[in-house]
Amino acid sequence: MRDASPAKTYALHVGVIALLFVLNFVLPDYHQGLFARIMALAVFAMGYNLLFGYVGLLSLGHAMFFSAGLYGAGLTVYHLGWGVPEAFVAGVACGALLALAIGLLALRTSGVAFMIVTMMFAQVFYLLILYFAAWTGGDQGLVIQQASRVISIGGASLDLTNSTVRYMNALALFSVVLLITLAIVRSRFGRVLVAIRENEERTKMLGYDTVANKLAAVVASGAICAASGAAYALLFGYVGSSFASVQYSILPLLWVLLGGAATTLGPLVGTLFMYYVTDIASGFTSAYLLIVGVALILLVLFFPKGILGTIRERWLGWLP
Amino acid sequence: MHFGPHLLLAALEGLVTSAVLALTALGLSLVFGVMRVVNVAHGEFFMLGAVLAWAISTAIAGHPAIGFAAALVIAPLLVGLVALVAERLVLRRLNYNPEGTIVATIGMLYIIQQLALTFYGPEARPVEPPFSYRILLPWFGYSGYKLSVVAASAILLVITWLVLTRTKIGLIMRATQYDRETAQAFGIPVDRVYAGVFAVGTMLAAIAAVLIVPISQAHYLMGQDPLLLSFIVVIIGGLGSLRGTVVAAILIGLSDGIISMFFSPTLAKIVATLVVAMVLVFRPQGLFGTTPR
Repeated sequence: MRDASPAKTYALHVGVIALLFVLNFVLPDYHQGLFARIMALAVFAMGYNLLFGYVGLLSLGHAMFFSAGLYGAGLTVYHLGWGVPEAFVAGVACGALLALAIGLLALRTSGVAFMIVTMMFAQVFYLLILYFAAWTGGDQGLVIQQASRVISIGGASLDLTNSTVRYMNALALFSVVLLITLAIVRSRFGRVLVAIRENEERTKMLGYDTVANKLAAVVASGAICAASGAAYALLFGYVGSSFASVQYSILPLLWVLLGGAATTLGPLVGTLFMYYVTDIASGFTSAYLLIVGVALILLVLFFPKGILGTIRERWLGWLP
Repeated sequence: MHFGPHLLLAALEGLVTSAVLALTALGLSLVFGVMRVVNVAHGEFFMLGAVLAWAISTAIAGHPAIGFAAALVIAPLLVGLVALVAERLVLRRLNYNPEGTIVATIGMLYIIQQLALTFYGPEARPVEPPFSYRILLPWFGYSGYKLSVVAASAILLVITWLVLTRTKIGLIMRATQYDRETAQAFGIPVDRVYAGVFAVGTMLAAIAAVLIVPISQAHYLMGQDPLLLSFIVVIIGGLGSLRGTVVAAILIGLSDGIISMFFSPTLAKIVATLVVAMVLVFRPQGLFGTTPR
């Protein structure tokens, strides 16, 4: 990683956030809704990227962290009648705790075994949601009523079902997480993570506690994915077991690979691109999974570095 | 029915599951053992075998046994052909990189599944069994076809074992598995061995699917459970160990049959998956595997 002037890097990220802010007033209704969804899910991809891109740990079970946030927020609102901010915090906490437990177990393995173990834990999580259908709604899911999706601060109240409020909340979460990942990546901790990815043995020999660093990365990644899930539940008002299925573990991998692993903006680019490709393609065919499949194979064959990864390699070496 | 016969019925059902599972898992295990490729699309090749079996047996008129026999021969061959193409076009270009191939086989999973949905449809369709003889036990009658599935699977397993341990082909495969580079240096066409192993691995899954389809119908999502169960079997049996795979398949098949007859199938799956994940975490070489080289 060539070190660039921090000013240029921060200018780029603030510029992207500003652009997304302006888009709210420019985009037609349908695309405004789509962008809100994309930003919420890009947070999921960023959480995934932290672990996959920077530490080099390929997890096939991140749907469990996303859905831990989704259900952590959704169920507290639905059953306990919690307010939106408390529910959001509950969702993130659920994800972080789950990530801590899973990390402690799964990090004992590496490589292929790590992928399979994470996939299996996620499968257990998915089956548990189905098993406790009395509370979770099983594969039918639960719809969170409009009345419980209102943030009231003092006298003012924000209705999350309003499209502009929803967009701004998604943007706020996206911006915060984007700046957090940028800070992590530029910090000492981030450099240790990349060192682990490049050569774990040597990093260990240099005196770094690689297991503790990896565990911290798993927890951070899990918490970010849970934040995405919690926001998704609160903004779009639906929780369902399909969000915990294997497919939602694969999607962030696809988005990150497409946008460029180990680039801070790659997750957004990948999510945006994939959403619009499937959106346009669904106009012609219902076979949307076919496109996902073909995209995965083409990517891994011809663009293993993704869109931003390729741009960084060819032209913009300073891209974080 | 009393507890004893009930248990016997559960055990018989479990044995049929074990037989099919052993074949499917053996395919997965061969591919992983020789090529070090985790084939996530394995369940979809299984499904493809079942769907093709339905297509072939409905296309052929006459006695159901003729259609079934044709399916048993043609469906695995077609699946093997598809696998061969996938191997040449994708896996070889990735140089069998473990992470790359996982992502690529996930892609294949989606492609095969979606194509099956588009061309075959969302319905579950039955295939008529080649014969409908019932064996009368003192407590209940049991399908003779189901028992013949167990026998067929056992025969195939023995054949695979003989090929692996007693023939030149088996020797070449084992040499490739043991050390790819040395094998190459000794003039073994590693490239062709990989292609062959990938095709044979998926064909084993396809044969298992053709055998089970008269019992459980063909459906485009039927590959999910065999994939997960095969993973479980291969991991418990020890990655790449044939004997371990068979023992684990019988263990898992029987316990799955018995547990899901007396408890909720979802709970059975939760427990099984969790146990296997823990085995992988604390004993990565599997219960029967030797320590990795």
